[in-house]
Amino acid sequence: MNKKHSLGYDFIKGLFKENPVLIQLLGLCSVLAVSNTAINSISMGLAVLFVLFFSSFVIGLIKNIIPSQVRIPSFIVVIATFVTIADLFFKAKFPDISKALGPYVPLIVVNCIILGRQEAFTQKNPLLNSLFDALGMSVGYIIVILALGIVREALGFGTVFGFRIFGSWFHPLIVMILPPGAFLTLGVFVGLMNWISSKRRA
Amino acid sequence: MKVIIIFIAAAITNNFVLTYFLGLCPFLGVSGKASSAIGMGFASTFVMTLTAVFTWLLNHLILRPLHLEFLETVSFIFIIASLVQFVEMFIRKTSPGLYKALGIYLPLITTNCIVFGLALLGSIRNYNLLENTFFGFGAGVGFTIALVLMAGMREELEIRDVPEPLKGGGITLILAGLMALAFLGFSGMVTLS
Repeated sequence: MNKKHSLGYDFIKGLFKENPVLIQLLGLCSVLAVSNTAINSISMGLAVLFVLFFSSFVIGLIKNIIPSQVRIPSFIVVIATFVTIADLFFKAKFPDISKALGPYVPLIVVNCIILGRQEAFTQKNPLLNSLFDALGMSVGYIIVILALGIVREALGFGTVFGFRIFGSWFHPLIVMILPPGAFLTLGVFVGLMNWISSKRRA
Repeated sequence: MKVIIIFIAAAITNNFVLTYFLGLCPFLGVSGKASSAIGMGFASTFVMTLTAVFTWLLNHLILRPLHLEFLETVSFIFIIASLVQFVEMFIRKTSPGLYKALGIYLPLITTNCIVFGLALLGSIRNYNLLENTFFGFGAGVGFTIALVLMAGMREELEIRDVPEPLKGGGITLILAGLMALAFLGFSGMVTLS
């Protein structure tokens, strides 16, 4: 059993101290792949929030009746169910976004953040704590993917959420919306994050 | 002819790691040593080629004729998980040497998004069985190339003076960015419709 923390701590730690993307380097494939515009980023972030929250809820309810030998396949089936719901929802209501996100919505199934939280947290903690943990981790994920989306869209297209933010003097840096831009921007983010936390410790 | 183009596209011009961002966990995590990178690469290539064959069969013989496409996500994951388990048992029985070399990497492959991404992309692109097999094989080869190159660079990096905050994840991601930039130079070599 882990040491019990307050609900607030379980939420807050996901934002900064144990941020799933910047500190734990989990779930990078979707973060890098769909963060070329701010609107794609926020859609992906909300999909992850939905899947993580409801998977933690269901797994938190049934964790005591699953034999531990078959827990991973069982967790994956629960996660895959919610991913399918999210995928079909996007396809039905927002076909454009669904097209832009492509296979990365179904890929949430194998996103290490989701399964990782079930293994590391939901299994060993009370249901309510798990829900706050799931919310904190998803919000931490959304913050990073949205920041990445805003930076890449601003530098790559000169817009944010589709609104022009630079004057006509601005030459878009196409490389920022291509794959190399994603790696470089996230690398700089991770470096900044480490720099800030080392300053805090000092 | 088309299968060769698909193979080259999957391995180099549209490298799965550097253009689709699939398989990043092992790419960043395992790629510290060249020898383990090669082991991981071979194990993945093997599983990915088989996955391409079996998911195609499942998709075209069962899911599509019965209009069960919405079960794609769940059933693909099941196929992959059982395939990895099966491959592990098979290798352990038939070739203990190979098992020793690949053993620890095999279970990790189940949760590697590159295998699942391969199954999804193959289904979206409507390849036939032969094309899909080469697509899977090429993707595995491309993954191995990226993994081995990265491992080589990281071995070199150990003795270099990297700014403190960038050590670990940061510099690896920046290196990956530069590598992706270099691989962009291959685009246009083959065009894939």
